[in-house]
Amino acid sequence: MTTKRRVEPLLWLLFTSGGLAAAMLIPVLLLLFGLVFPAGWAGAPTEAHLLAVARHPLTRIVLLVVCVLAFFHWAHRFRYTLYDGLQLKHLSKLIIVICYGGALVGSALAGYVLLAVL
Amino acid sequence: MNAPATELQPRWYRPRMPLFWWVGRRSYRIFVLRELSSVFIAWSVVFLLLLIRAIGQGGSEYRRFLDRSGEPWVLALNALTLAFVLFHTLTWFNLAPHAMVVRLHGKRVPRTWIAGAHYAGWALITALVAWLVLA
Repeated sequence: MTTKRRVEPLLWLLFTSGGLAAAMLIPVLLLLFGLVFPAGWAGAPTEAHLLAVARHPLTRIVLLVVCVLAFFHWAHRFRYTLYDGLQLKHLSKLIIVICYGGALVGSALAGYVLLAVL
Repeated sequence: MNAPATELQPRWYRPRMPLFWWVGRRSYRIFVLRELSSVFIAWSVVFLLLLIRAIGQGGSEYRRFLDRSGEPWVLALNALTLAFVLFHTLTWFNLAPHAMVVRLHGKRVPRTWIAGAHYAGWALITALVAWLVLA
């Protein structure tokens, strides 16, 4: 119970900062790269230009922070979606492992992509 | 929690809720949709990471990624995702003033100012990202 009480505020903090970061940055990125460029409404930027922008240390850090926070935002909110929406509170331990474990795996992959592949 | 019932430890009273308890009322449906937006946030991040990986792997991978993103089902998925992400953004900004109590010179900053600051920040960041990508 005590560890739960110590961890829960941190998870809540990750949830809210992730929600804010996602709200601010994801709409424009998804609009451009998910719809505008693939649908051909505007010419996609060249690979060289995107590489130059994405490889800037500041871009890498911002993207990494946003990815990690957004994954933990998902984990926290989806945990309660399963608890309340699907009434799975009795599977609490399994859900916690899947949600926050998934966020940890996602964060590691984000780190790998942004720091090693890019 | 689920100890067997004895005379001294009676069975817990836990009424069963129907699985789709949230279907019947509009505000409940909106609540569940807002909760579900997190799944689409997660997909957006995965999609962006796939894009960044493609950029990092070179020109042909990037072109392949653009081609694949142009397939009708990916476009449809991303259009749905954008709708959920915008829903998340708007509900988040509109709730922020209720969650944040900011005081200035001992007076509470009006809610409209806090929401307005969020929208202004959003506009600024959106313009900056669009300029970085398109310039």
